[in-house]
Amino acid sequence: MHKEITGKAFVFGKNIDTDQIYPGRYLELVKPEDIAKHCLEGADPTFVERMTKGDIVVAATNFGCGSSREHAAITLINAGVSVVLADSFARIFFRNATNLALPLMVVPGISEKVNDEDELEVNLEAGTVYNRTTGEKIQGEKISEYVMNILENGGIKPLFKKKTETSNI
Amino acid sequence: MHAIEKILAKAAGKEKVVAGEIVNCKIDFAEVNDLYLQTVYSFYEMGGKKVWDREKVTFVFDHYSPAPTIKTAQIHKEMRDFAKEQNLKYHFDINTGVCHQVMPEAGVVWPGMILVATDSHTTTHGAFGAFGTGLGATDMATVLISGELWFRVPEVMKIELNGQLSQGVYAKDVILHILGQLKADAAVYKAIEFSGSYVDDLDVADRMTICNMAVEMGAKTAYMKPNSKVLNYLSKRTNEEFIIHETDDDYQYSDNYIFDVSHLSPQLAVPHSVDHVFPLEEVEIVKVNQAFIGSCTGGRLEDIEAAYKILHGKKVNSETRLVVIPASNEVFQNAMQLGYVQSLIESGATFAAAGCGPCLGTHAGLLADGEVCISATNRNFPGRMGSTGAKIYLASPASVAAAALVGEITDPRQLLKEVEVNA
Ligand code: SF4
Repeated sequence: MHKEITGKAFVFGKNIDTDQIYPGRYLELVKPEDIAKHCLEGADPTFVERMTKGDIVVAATNFGCGSSREHAAITLINAGVSVVLADSFARIFFRNATNLALPLMVVPGISEKVNDEDELEVNLEAGTVYNRTTGEKIQGEKISEYVMNILENGGIKPLFKKKTETSNI
Repeated sequence: MHAIEKILAKAAGKEKVVAGEIVNCKIDFAEVNDLYLQTVYSFYEMGGKKVWDREKVTFVFDHYSPAPTIKTAQIHKEMRDFAKEQNLKYHFDINTGVCHQVMPEAGVVWPGMILVATDSHTTTHGAFGAFGTGLGATDMATVLISGELWFRVPEVMKIELNGQLSQGVYAKDVILHILGQLKADAAVYKAIEFSGSYVDDLDVADRMTICNMAVEMGAKTAYMKPNSKVLNYLSKRTNEEFIIHETDDDYQYSDNYIFDVSHLSPQLAVPHSVDHVFPLEEVEIVKVNQAFIGSCTGGRLEDIEAAYKILHGKKVNSETRLVVIPASNEVFQNAMQLGYVQSLIESGATFAAAGCGPCLGTHAGLLADGEVCISATNRNFPGRMGSTGAKIYLASPASVAAAALVGEITDPRQLLKEVEVNA
């Protein structure tokens, strides 16, 4: 995981739910490339075509609300989204994304300060966003140590694997 | 401390916890539904061999039940194999129903427990005074291996509900109204306690409907202090010895809201968001292609009974289809014994096997582009029940039945009055 990320922003509104991120009818898909094809389809069907790997999703409050489907985080990862910046995140989505090593950063007011396709520089450690297109610097919340540890290890799986190997549970 | 904090403290082996603190808790019961085969894969990927306790882990086949496609049949097959191999004490196959209904029925839910399930509507079990919360597949796999999970102790928001509902108005209308007022992000990261004179005497089914939809405000969990109706329900189903924790008098809630439900009218969440709620009578009349009664929100015996009361001896509108899916086989059987199933089928209803049905758009009554559905379920996101071009209105089962009868969105109160006059 990179702590400094640059990419193009794609801006969404509030309460972007898991059905918009990944509609229920695709839940039986398992191939990463198939799952990636439907990323954010319910909110913007052109998103996958317009974005390139490493780009950034920006949203208002409560991003990822709705169901507990991990596919919502998986589709963003598989599509190549590098980080999601939002006013706030729904809690199950937050846990899922963290467990799978997709960084999420809480940046109050971000969706109003960024336009579609602005170029952003994000520093996960400092919790900052620099909007190259407008020149604005935006301060967000630093990622907590607990979460950073999971992200740095590539998610909860490698971390847990270490545990099971050493403790025999 | 709040009762919820006491539950977390006990499970973490601590005297005291405070909001914001991260605690590691022992889990009392863990349920995996059939959308989450990934849990089994993650379990092995992380080096899991045996689940931590074979009596505390179960699968419920509900979202794809019975399997509508070959892929989903394969999912069931692999889960069955895992359940057998792990010698799990409980297993709920395609002949049971929606997880949130079958678990309380089976007696694995009780006050003061920590219940995790791979489903966001696990807040439902707050109806029993349990700490219920939803998890993703990988989180769940860590629980299956270790029997523990970290939680951030949530702030608690208090929603006090006082008064009595008038005829034709139901628990579903109450929670829709609250959602409309407080909005979908009102309780992100928080727990919601429902209390007040309305809740004190509330039936188990209505308590479940309200706690079920707490997650639509972003809540991590919901809580209602168990009342005598809950204790009576539990006494028939579980021998578990439980404690009911009291909230300390000096506990500070993060938010306090008070609602008087006495003057509430039937409510409607209009497309495409759960918090887009209006009194039904103020909404422009629309024709309805499908009416759906079912799910962990609106598929209990009381919900089917409400539909029966409106439709008994009458016919569903010829341009509308009514789909009824009991939340569990127990509900199905009770509805049969009471004659509701027979009567509703005579009215023109279509029944399908107990389970989630079309609630999340996988099978058993999906919507085509441009269609309108009125539904007793909990979400009306675009594409939730089929085509993204379909429109979903959420309402009480009585309002759904009224729409099925008339063919368009209709206030059930008038119909109920007519039923009374003719009785
Ligand atoms: S009935 Fe609907 S909301 Fe309930 S568990 Fe099934 S899909 Fe989810």
